[in-house]
Amino acid sequence: MSTGLIFGLTGLGVFVVGLCGALVLVDPLRRVLALKLCSVGAGFMLVVAAWKAPPEAPDPVPHALVITGIVVMISATAVALALIRRLHTLEHEHHD
Amino acid sequence: MSIELLALVLIAAGAAFFVVGTIGLLRFPDTLCRLHALTKADGLGLGLTCLGVALLVGSVGEMLRILLIWGLVAVSSAVSGHLIAGHVLRSNAPVRGR
Amino acid sequence: MIDPLLLFDVILGLAIVSLAVTVLVVRDRFAMIVLVIVFGLMSALAWVRLAAPDVALAEAAIGTGLTGALLLATWRQVRTEPERWPALPRGVMVINMGLCALVLAGLVGAFLATPLGTPGLGVAVADNLADSGVEHPVTAVLLNFRAYDTLMEVVVLLVAVIAVWMIDRGVSQAPQPTLGPELGDLPRGFARLVLPAITVIGAYLLWVGTSAPGGAFQGGAVLAAVGILLLLTQRYQPQPSHRPLARGVFVLGVAGFAAVALLVAGGGRVPFEYPADHAKTLILLIEGLVTLSIAATLAALFHGREPEAISTQGGRS
Repeated sequence: MSTGLIFGLTGLGVFVVGLCGALVLVDPLRRVLALKLCSVGAGFMLVVAAWKAPPEAPDPVPHALVITGIVVMISATAVALALIRRLHTLEHEHHD
Repeated sequence: MSIELLALVLIAAGAAFFVVGTIGLLRFPDTLCRLHALTKADGLGLGLTCLGVALLVGSVGEMLRILLIWGLVAVSSAVSGHLIAGHVLRSNAPVRGR
Repeated sequence: MIDPLLLFDVILGLAIVSLAVTVLVVRDRFAMIVLVIVFGLMSALAWVRLAAPDVALAEAAIGTGLTGALLLATWRQVRTEPERWPALPRGVMVINMGLCALVLAGLVGAFLATPLGTPGLGVAVADNLADSGVEHPVTAVLLNFRAYDTLMEVVVLLVAVIAVWMIDRGVSQAPQPTLGPELGDLPRGFARLVLPAITVIGAYLLWVGTSAPGGAFQGGAVLAAVGILLLLTQRYQPQPSHRPLARGVFVLGVAGFAAVALLVAGGGRVPFEYPADHAKTLILLIEGLVTLSIAATLAALFHGREPEAISTQGGRS
């Protein structure tokens, strides 16, 4: 039992919950959040891979990769949200 | 040693206030009561925790940074509490005694 | 005797997984967004426990704070729409969930079979840290050893803001979220009080990144919060005439980064191989430009539409 093991399993759980949500849910906003959960789960796995039992310092390369991933994820989220807004507008014009 | 003990007591007291505030948040009937519980208890809880942590750090610079964090969180929690309360009053949400 | 910190880890891990489930099953979409913000902060806490303060800062500032602001702004525009709950055939849902369970089983098996705490690339980074120009290993990896990745990441942000501007051209003109005069003087006073402090904190995070957790992305996210606060309190209102300037700032990070990378090449050096004497200066220069770009881009992603779309359709109320 170690911090790495516990949060590794946490990350796997979060990733699979997100995957399940992305496959099963229909509402677009919810799907975006499901994919966000997937990305956080993947981030957990990389951070756990970098982790070493203290006092050893962790491996900085996966940390840099996760920071890159977080920025890429907000870019993808912003585009997905813009598409949701556009879809909402199109459907409203259609109904009017 | 005695400073560490004092810090421990302060942090424990801060954590206790957080627990009380959370119980209030979960148990109180309407938004205004919940806000009351949250802002009072968390303001005290964060203050005591920051004080305890500030006692433990080594340098004056770090102490000042912790106090800055405390100040910023206190100001923003006061403002967001005010905004939420104003929204409740404008939106005719159920409030006890109205 | 169980280590109390391990107990804390177990509770935190369970809280994170149950928050993830709750985010997806809670009925109210506003509650869903609030829960995802809580989820992000809890993940940041877990990453602090895993000795990754840089990642925790980035997740708290970008993955939680700014993503939360983006989600709330979009929720505001589409909240009148009834939510589409699963209309999938039951069989499809059961099969999907079964496949997810298989994926989980496979991943857990692979994870438990993988040794934790292997040396990895940490040794190589530690050996070469003295040549990188900075003292903090994560910044050395981001801005020196794997600078290609970071350049591409800034390009991704640029592509995102271009895409959002183009997609949002067709979005109906719902009024922008504001903390306008109808809410009293408090939000504006708050902005006046904290804006200088946040600006200093953003610059400090950028500067401290050379020797401690922090850096361009965390500093840029904090400065983006300044931009969002300016937009919300209407102290800054985007005008069509500001578009060329905005475009310039969006491109500034990519252009400056690429220019430095190419200019240091030559004389036996390859692109991104900074001369050792000037490495710290060059890294700080790149980080400064990238920070400005990130801040402007993230604030523009929050605002959504490009300024012209507002003015051509009669302005806002």
